[in-house]
Amino acid sequence: MTFDVVVIGGGHAGTEAAAAAARRGARTALVSFDAARIGEMSCNPAIGGVGKGHLVREVDAFDGLIGRAADAAAIHHRMLNRSKGVAVHGPRVQADRVLYKAAIQESLRRQNNLTVVAGEAYELLLHPGSVAGVVLDDGTKLRATAVVLATGTFLGGRLFRGEERLTGGRIGEAASVPLAAQIRSLGLPMGRLKTGTPPRLDGRTIDWARLERQESDVEPWFMSPMTRTRRLPQLHCAVSRTTAQTHEIIRSGLDRSPLFGGDIQGSGPRYCPSIEDKVFRFADRDSHQVFLEPEGLDTHLIYPNGISTSLPTDVQAAMIASMPGLEHAVITEPGYAVEYDYLDPRALSSQLALAAIPGLFCAGQINGTTGYEEAAAQGLIAGLNAAAHALGVDAVVLDRASSYLGVMVDDLVLQGVTEPYRMLTARAEYRLRLRADNAETRLGPIAAAAGCLSPERSEHQARREQQRQQATRRLDDLQAGPPHLGLPERRSAAAWLRVDGVTLADVAPDLLGTGDADVLAEVVEDARYAPYLERQAREIAELRENDAIRLPDAFKFGAVPGLSNEMIERLTRASPQTLGEAGRIRGVTAAALSAILLQARRLAR
Amino acid sequence: MSDTIYAVSSGQPPAAIAVIRISGRQAIVAAAALCGDLPAPRRAGVRVLRRADGAPLDEALVLLFPGPRTATGEDLVELQVHGGRAVIAAVLSALGEQPGLRQANAGEFTRRALLNGRLDLTQAEGLGDLLMAETEAQRRAAQQASEGGVRRQVEAWGERLLALSGQVEALIDHSDEGDVDAHALQPVREAIRALASELGQAAAQPPVEGLRDGVRVVLAGPPNAGKSSLLNALIGREAAIVSAQPGTTRDRIEAGVVRAGTAWLLTDTAGLRAETADPIEAQGVVLADAAMRAADLVIWLGDDPPPVKALWVHARADMPERTITPVGPDLAVSARNGTGLEALWGELEGRAHALTPALDRPAFNQRQRDLLHSAVDAIARAGDTSDILIVAEELRVGRLAFDRITGRADVEAVLDALFGQFCIGK
Repeated sequence: MTFDVVVIGGGHAGTEAAAAAARRGARTALVSFDAARIGEMSCNPAIGGVGKGHLVREVDAFDGLIGRAADAAAIHHRMLNRSKGVAVHGPRVQADRVLYKAAIQESLRRQNNLTVVAGEAYELLLHPGSVAGVVLDDGTKLRATAVVLATGTFLGGRLFRGEERLTGGRIGEAASVPLAAQIRSLGLPMGRLKTGTPPRLDGRTIDWARLERQESDVEPWFMSPMTRTRRLPQLHCAVSRTTAQTHEIIRSGLDRSPLFGGDIQGSGPRYCPSIEDKVFRFADRDSHQVFLEPEGLDTHLIYPNGISTSLPTDVQAAMIASMPGLEHAVITEPGYAVEYDYLDPRALSSQLALAAIPGLFCAGQINGTTGYEEAAAQGLIAGLNAAAHALGVDAVVLDRASSYLGVMVDDLVLQGVTEPYRMLTARAEYRLRLRADNAETRLGPIAAAAGCLSPERSEHQARREQQRQQATRRLDDLQAGPPHLGLPERRSAAAWLRVDGVTLADVAPDLLGTGDADVLAEVVEDARYAPYLERQAREIAELRENDAIRLPDAFKFGAVPGLSNEMIERLTRASPQTLGEAGRIRGVTAAALSAILLQARRLAR
Repeated sequence: MSDTIYAVSSGQPPAAIAVIRISGRQAIVAAAALCGDLPAPRRAGVRVLRRADGAPLDEALVLLFPGPRTATGEDLVELQVHGGRAVIAAVLSALGEQPGLRQANAGEFTRRALLNGRLDLTQAEGLGDLLMAETEAQRRAAQQASEGGVRRQVEAWGERLLALSGQVEALIDHSDEGDVDAHALQPVREAIRALASELGQAAAQPPVEGLRDGVRVVLAGPPNAGKSSLLNALIGREAAIVSAQPGTTRDRIEAGVVRAGTAWLLTDTAGLRAETADPIEAQGVVLADAAMRAADLVIWLGDDPPPVKALWVHARADMPERTITPVGPDLAVSARNGTGLEALWGELEGRAHALTPALDRPAFNQRQRDLLHSAVDAIARAGDTSDILIVAEELRVGRLAFDRITGRADVEAVLDALFGQFCIGK
């Protein structure tokens, strides 16, 4: 069978990559062990959050899957950071696992140019100098010009729970050992990372009455603007806490933890540490919050967020029983830690293509990231660019000023990772302009130019953009007196919005009720932060100037006079294409940058 | 930059010893051409330098420093020759005959060091100043910069700023998940304000240029008030023509003097007369006016009160009709017998102290001060706003200004600060 693009892996990265490639018109195959498990949420039931919600909205602006599937499965909505500026609002939903998976599979079924192939990807078909397709374990050859590896933790995955050891990416699933062996033999830079999962609880055995409830947001909002209504009943979450007794139980079990026994070599995430890590490293804290999240409408399973662990099963049981409301809670599946191979993402270009093997793209956890949203976002970028490679159309490269997508890819390919990479708004220096609510404004035109929007989405984005421009003009043109103050001074409505406490109703009440509320909210927020956005725009112009200074292909950093060995190593691994990229690599000094620039000019002469 | 450059890198000849530096790809070849067999790298060897025709030029101490771990990042040769003008000229001329060698332009060694990654920007600035330093105070300020004193100071502030940014970022990204106390912004803002005020004081320090160019003192007053005599007395030599004829000094006369490690630039001006028939003198009056405006200190020698803020001196105090100091002037001096001259210098030094940076901390040049000011402004704004996003944004602008002083910007560093301080994760 012959395709343009073959995607290996049916998780968040793989499904998004396959759908994106197909949207661009590439004949695409999605290979997965088990077609019924495509779109599985393998860890927590939440989608979105601070920073992560931005990624969901950005993928959605390219007509991606994750936003609409999350809406279709949402059983609890929470807008994090609502008390702060819109730029850091974090839309997050709890999704019903079954419904989420069904929504993803339905989207894939409806996608033109896309074939789902059930089977194990046994090895890559490599021609000298490029990738040529994938061979399945039954010998079937899927020929393709571009292949996307989205294999998650399945490469060399090992599970740890107390003294237990298992091979595999998730409990109950096999790991792709032959493919892992082949990828290791390619001589690519690889490393080990770890992640973990908490024990799952039976919700019927939790004493909910004793716990603080978190209700779903009443006001309607959606991950995707294409969603118009909430169809599912909304469930509540609840909060429990670890106690002094919990911490004592954990401390006494530390010697049986593979994390502390030195059995796990990979680095874990600092922002999502195991509970034993938290207790050990932050010994002064006497309690940590535990969020009890429902896994679905038709299941009693509860995901206790905040206590991922690899302690032995008996210690986990004692630990759970020591928390308020969970005294009699039954563990249905104990938590465990996973250690897995990742590929040093500095071997990738900003299209997520492996420089060493043309046509081979990588997305998701294999690149050292964690989280559904990060995976989906990379899947989108890899899929769009795999299609570009196969079809000979324009690549889609996003910079740090455009999107969280751009920030993440830039971070990955230039800095690499030392722990599983998670999106945070702190990573985005142009945070004030990269809001979750303006993802379509920022990325719509790029998505349209890439040809990956459905007619329905194109029409929606065009209508929205027209509304936005009209409202913006109206706010700029409308001269308003100062609200409440009765002073004669007149400024534009946009300028008044910069004054603390002034709202749209004060300065341009006629705009209320016209067009979409979210478009108006976006325009108001733009007006409110305009001076900062303008200052950032100047900074961005500088950034783009530096990124316009290209370094020659195969630039030899070792030949630049005066660079330390460490700097040469970092630069060589990341192989920056521009002076701006070189400048963003950690540890590269200003003095080194001038030496690099000089060397580049000398070569250009 | 493929050229190999050479120059005398010690002070003005004649002197006992002169150091000639050669830097670049041809440096060692050129040295070999002059002295035949070369000493081992980084070991001093005495060699006779010879012209191409074999004629001896001088006996010199020769040192080879193969690149890149040298001051310029290139192959570097030092020839320590006898410091007479003729010897130096002969050696330089022999070097000039070597292929690919040329005289270095001003500051070119430093420039190469910077371009070869041997110096960061603040060190290079300091080294540039060091080479130009003429006084002890200048030298100490410049040396501190070239050894990274400015960078260290900015980095120390930068680390405090980073820690504050980390706390703010933690509040933004994690307070809604219960890991970080949402009410913690207030103490952070107080710490931000404290840092802003401390930085503000540092930025208010006089710039290092004050040291480099010297303290500008202008002597002003009506014609024939004794300005030129006083200037000569202050500097201890005849720089200005002294005449009893009013209006003798028609142009500005500048004279430099170093006292107690501080450089002074004294300017004698044409007497300020409202009207003069002489066009040259009239032009001098205009120049005098401009000089007074540009001065750090003005010495006013008139009998009427000074027209600008000035040190008012009752001059020619030795003259019989002027022995009694009237009420008004700060002190009385006589250029002729030296009365009051030390007191005048003492007064000048006291006033100049406020204009020059203290030597116990890094002095910033104008470029660094401008950036420091923009950092102070941003950090002060961060301490004054209640929108946490703007607090974070202004702190970022402050960090960017710091990074521009030394040359770097790094978001990842904030995260390190953040994760070091908080237990984060839901």
